[in-house]
Amino acid sequence: MQVEVRTQMLRMWRVGLLSAMALVAAPAHAFIAYVSNEKSNTVSVIDTETWTVTKTIKVGQRPRGIDLTRDGKFVMVAVGDDDTIQVIDAKTQTVVDSLPSGPDPELFAQDAAGKTLYVANENDNTVTVIDLEKRARLGDIQVGVEPEGMTISPDGKTLINTSETTNMAHFIDTATRQIVANVLVDARPRFAEYKHDSSEVWVSSEIGGTVSIIDPKKHEVIGKVTFEIPGLRKEAIQPVGIGMTRDDKTAFVALGPANRIAVVDVATRKVTKYLLVGQRVWHVAFTPDEKYLLTTNGVSNDVSVIDVAAQKVIKTIQVGELPWGVAIAP
Amino acid sequence: MIRWLVGLIGLGVAATSALAADPVTIGVGYLGIAGTRSTLSLAEQPAENDGLAGARLAIEDNNTTGKFLNQRFTLEERRVKEGEDPVQAATALADKNGFVIADLPADALLKVSDALRERGTLLFNVGAIDERLREADCRANVIHTAPTRAMLADALGQYLVWKKWSRWLLVVGSHNEDRLFADALRRTATRFGAKIVQERTFEDKGGARRTDSGVTLIQRQIPVFTQQAPAYDVLIAADESEVFGAYLPYRTWDPRPVAGSAGLVPRSWDAAQDQWGAIQIQNRFFKLNSRRMTALDMQAWTAVRMIGEGTSRTNSGDIKKVTDFIKGPDFSVAAFKGTRLTLRDWNLQLRQPILLVDGRMVVSVSPQEGFLHQVSELDTLGYDRPESKCKLK
Repeated sequence: MQVEVRTQMLRMWRVGLLSAMALVAAPAHAFIAYVSNEKSNTVSVIDTETWTVTKTIKVGQRPRGIDLTRDGKFVMVAVGDDDTIQVIDAKTQTVVDSLPSGPDPELFAQDAAGKTLYVANENDNTVTVIDLEKRARLGDIQVGVEPEGMTISPDGKTLINTSETTNMAHFIDTATRQIVANVLVDARPRFAEYKHDSSEVWVSSEIGGTVSIIDPKKHEVIGKVTFEIPGLRKEAIQPVGIGMTRDDKTAFVALGPANRIAVVDVATRKVTKYLLVGQRVWHVAFTPDEKYLLTTNGVSNDVSVIDVAAQKVIKTIQVGELPWGVAIAP
Repeated sequence: MIRWLVGLIGLGVAATSALAADPVTIGVGYLGIAGTRSTLSLAEQPAENDGLAGARLAIEDNNTTGKFLNQRFTLEERRVKEGEDPVQAATALADKNGFVIADLPADALLKVSDALRERGTLLFNVGAIDERLREADCRANVIHTAPTRAMLADALGQYLVWKKWSRWLLVVGSHNEDRLFADALRRTATRFGAKIVQERTFEDKGGARRTDSGVTLIQRQIPVFTQQAPAYDVLIAADESEVFGAYLPYRTWDPRPVAGSAGLVPRSWDAAQDQWGAIQIQNRFFKLNSRRMTALDMQAWTAVRMIGEGTSRTNSGDIKKVTDFIKGPDFSVAAFKGTRLTLRDWNLQLRQPILLVDGRMVVSVSPQEGFLHQVSELDTLGYDRPESKCKLK
């Protein structure tokens, strides 16, 4: 009897607390984040208001690169071991179609209009060009060994692909689909990111342990971001994903088995802070309002949420096994 | 007619060379021993192109990169037959190639390295795991991508100690290299606090490795050989000669796991390794060679990739320039082992994680967590700088 009353009181108190919390947290828009889980063969759907997983979508084998179509209607996920990119309907949250990539697609980039998709196929040294409307393959571009990182210049004229064993950033003219320059960077370049003002391209080198900053006009490395964490051996610092704020002031670099995100001042190219996240952090994505940054932590099977303004980790969300990539609906 | 054709071809050549400057050609030689050795397990019988196939893939990889830098890599192979002088073959290779990949026994390798010293040829030892090649007999013109016995033994020992299987029954073969591996294992036990509770010798009395009723006999022989041992956690076999190691698992008198030359084996590479992007090189290798990639293939691949890394970073095919860069402080190479690989500057041994494999899966990768080092955790494997007897010359 007594127990029952107490439970009831507790429930009322909890409801009160929850509504109070909801009031405090209310102003932020709710977004939907999609996380590819490389080992589980699933995509976890996260509600950014409650920070909970609302659905787990079964996809093909070895999902890695993930992004939304520009209209936000579809989620594209590269399922490497099925040699295709699957298309998920964001409304029904089910796989509805697939795109004709080359063998073992890993990462991809789309142009500003969302009409053309460029896919890095790790297994055959090519980048595949896909017409997104027709969902048809337009052609291939030969690049270096193990293509991975992909990004497009803000004006859409230049595509950059990094090749992991060739150790280069290939600058490709999107009109002619020809390589116009090859820039040597440190070992195993994984990811490339343009500054929003187009003045620099940042390329992370996982094994080299650095981020190379390239002048996209001169095609030269003009600087490097280096990392040093006291008490941590150098080999554990393996930069992969990069997220840059829209004002081009701050970059967040995922450092893999160092289990940290480096906060980098873009102007001085110096690390100002290291944020401890989950284990083996690889990729990052901002919420569209840039209030939060989500990181995928492969070995601890979770996603860390960083408050961008406060530069603090505020939440950890359990997802599937070996979370790899993350994309957030506009 | 023929003259007209020749003229046309000549014209074509002239036209292409006018478009781009001739590529810089980087010649790589591959020197090995003719014939393959016999293993106890038919499934582990090495292919005739063991090692060479890895070098071939790295030449392809280097050429993919090379086309962006106007560099072209070639591979020339020579095999030394029994009784032949390896120096002759090595000199012939060095006439055309500035870099030579060598899969030779220790004595032959030393002869070759001394003969080529004045030429400036850079040798890569991809096959010999002998400690002395990195210690008293080290040479300034030899880089070692093959791990050493001590590195392999330490990699295994770290895992067994982490697993708390610290009482070892050591069974040693009767050949010289078996005894050398046993020496390395004893050193490991002392370093990491394991105890060798007893040692036994398995005498090689000759006999065929392929027989028609072998299993029946072995099943009776091995339990008898392993009975009445003091209490132990794991049986470690030192049998590089392939005389008895593979016969031990599942046949010991006491139900104990086997490690060393059989069971859980330390290796630089394995066909099952798929972490750290390795699936990509495994796929490329299979596509090119129609078989799986072995440790020797990987050691040769790494050597040729090191040359490619040297030529692309220096943007040069000059042997001295490339050699200096590879031996220099800024050199590192990525080889699908989750960390950059660098050279120990005191003896030119490549630092590398070692896989522990059971023939089907990668069970673990050493160095193990908790084995710390002030410079590189990879230096917890094998002889470290302060212990080294090497004076490079």
